[in-house]
Amino acid sequence: MSGHAGLSGVTLSALASGALFGLGLAISGMTDARRVLGFLDVSGAFDPSLLYVLGGAAATTLLLFRGVLRRGRPLFADRFGLSDARQIDARLIGGAAIFGIGWGIAGYCPGPALAGLGVGSIEALWFVPAMLAGMTAHRLVERRMATAR
Amino acid sequence: MDAISALAGGMLIGLAATLLLWLNGRVAGVSGILGGLLSGTRGDRGWRAAFLVGLVAASAPYLALAPAAPDLRSDFSRLGLVVAGLLVGFGARMGNGCTSGHGVCGLGRLSRRSFAAVLTFLLAAIATTFVVRHLMGVA
Repeated sequence: MSGHAGLSGVTLSALASGALFGLGLAISGMTDARRVLGFLDVSGAFDPSLLYVLGGAAATTLLLFRGVLRRGRPLFADRFGLSDARQIDARLIGGAAIFGIGWGIAGYCPGPALAGLGVGSIEALWFVPAMLAGMTAHRLVERRMATAR
Repeated sequence: MDAISALAGGMLIGLAATLLLWLNGRVAGVSGILGGLLSGTRGDRGWRAAFLVGLVAASAPYLALAPAAPDLRSDFSRLGLVVAGLLVGFGARMGNGCTSGHGVCGLGRLSRRSFAAVLTFLLAAIATTFVVRHLMGVA
């Protein structure tokens, strides 16, 4: 009984968080790839929006995460599912570089692309399936490397 | 006005990430949540699907109805979109995060790994945009 209540709490809070996240993306204008590229293109007509969005978001988490983590455990789960990896290695930097190249080509990162899918953006209909294929390709490569080891 | 909506939208994203950490103990990284939905175990998929449904469902009415919402670009090279999608998906999984996981959440935790990742993908994206727009002439 309590297990069922816990499950729905987890699902509902994820739904609420996702909705707030999507609203934030839409209000901030980040679903418009032209504005993202307007920031990344430092030699063109510079648009600082992305910096405000990322700054506003990171300042909020910086302010509030500390208090949340001090509570010891989350409300609907036994523990925080945070990575405790510390090492800055080739996998992290290589992955971030590949991600950045893809981001810089078209101006989409995963959140805004998914939000675009919701309004039937024709570009998202091309980008999102390719992104899912890229994620799947990574999983297959990782599995092959694990068995080769 | 644009700066205010960008800042307000960013703060909403930060609040969304705080909510997910406080209630579920999870990092609101979109690529991690999506990747886990594709590869994860059955009991772990419900909250991931719920988050993504919320993300799409909340942004859609705003983008469709709000007078201030931008007209979305629709004429970018299809090949460019596919190549970009493949790289974004592969790279985000390989580097364990994207703009939301490393950017919004990692910076908030003062994670050194996330600082390194954010710096790397910003520089890579800026260099790529320069090459694509100004050397290859793709708008």
